[in-house]
Amino acid sequence: MKKRKLKYLLAGGIVVAALAGMIYSGVQESMVYFYTPSELVQKKDAVQGKSLRVGGMVVERSIRWDPQTLLLTFQLTDGQGTVFVRHKGTAPDLFKEGAGAVVEGTWTPEGFFRSSNIMAKHSEEYKPPAHPETLESKKELFKSILKEGKP
Amino acid sequence: MGRGSLATRVLGGTAGLLLAAGLYLGLVVVPPDAVQGDVQRIMYVHVPSIVTAYIAFFVVFCTSILYLWKRDLRFDAVAVSSAEIGVVFTGITLATGMIWGKPTWGVWWTWDARLTLTAILFTIYVGYLMLRAFAEEPLAGARYGAVLAILGFLDIPLNHLAVYWWRTLHQPSSILRPGGPSVASDMLLPLAMNFAGLVLLSTYFLVERVRLERLRHRTAEVRLTRGRRG
Repeated sequence: MKKRKLKYLLAGGIVVAALAGMIYSGVQESMVYFYTPSELVQKKDAVQGKSLRVGGMVVERSIRWDPQTLLLTFQLTDGQGTVFVRHKGTAPDLFKEGAGAVVEGTWTPEGFFRSSNIMAKHSEEYKPPAHPETLESKKELFKSILKEGKP
Repeated sequence: MGRGSLATRVLGGTAGLLLAAGLYLGLVVVPPDAVQGDVQRIMYVHVPSIVTAYIAFFVVFCTSILYLWKRDLRFDAVAVSSAEIGVVFTGITLATGMIWGKPTWGVWWTWDARLTLTAILFTIYVGYLMLRAFAEEPLAGARYGAVLAILGFLDIPLNHLAVYWWRTLHQPSSILRPGGPSVASDMLLPLAMNFAGLVLLSTYFLVERVRLERLRHRTAEVRLTRGRRG
């Protein structure tokens, strides 16, 4: 009776381990949530026209925004490769130069990434602002604005 | 039998007081985050909720193993009760996560590994509760449920490591991470208070819910014996 139980346990354990292994390797291969800019640059012909995500750092001084046409352009980098991104519309508040971002869209034959959705990444570090806003600091700001505003 | 003991009521009261103080500290007293501003205060509900859910599912995992081993319905009563608590707090985590995601990431939801595995966790244990509710033969339901609960628990370690193994939009853990918490010390106190409050609250829920489940077992027993005599 005991031996039989052990057999079932062993068989069950093997099935579970196999399942876990399959899920792990399957997820590993097919669940690339975003490509890095250098990966995209490497395989751009293979992925042309397919909808995918690219994630990286927004290059400093690369953001251009035209409020008339709502055209937003910037570059994403991972240090090795850089991708030029065009986006129609606005970006989330935390989207800024030097910060991480993930964009959804397609690689175009013209050699840029057409984004349909921008997502801003943020770090897991949380800390208070260096100069906390107090009532005093707001009064100071208000005064300085009034002074500079005078002709 | 109608109400919980004095000890459990004290437990519930302490949980309420801790949560009230922790929420007041977190939502009003401590400074906002330097990058995100006030919206980051969702962390004081979001993070304690998911850790509480993980603990609740760990209780389900252990008591399900014990039930399969000893076949004692008391273990099963704890398992099914704790699963309900875990589902509630996973739901709160998903909801607060979406509310936090929209103003910071720019989206309510995205299918990255962390979010997907959390949704799967929610589905597994909602499925567990449905299986328990719809089982025609309660003892068979308890057995199959225990197997599902044990296998489903594997999702949790996977989810914890997901942010390190795969690329995700979700940031890595702020508390249980190599090198210690990446949260400023002022912000840690309300986080710890809310966590302690939720653990106490869950314990209170668990004690009361197990008491109800045992009453249910007893009524079923009484019905069975009467049925036999009649």
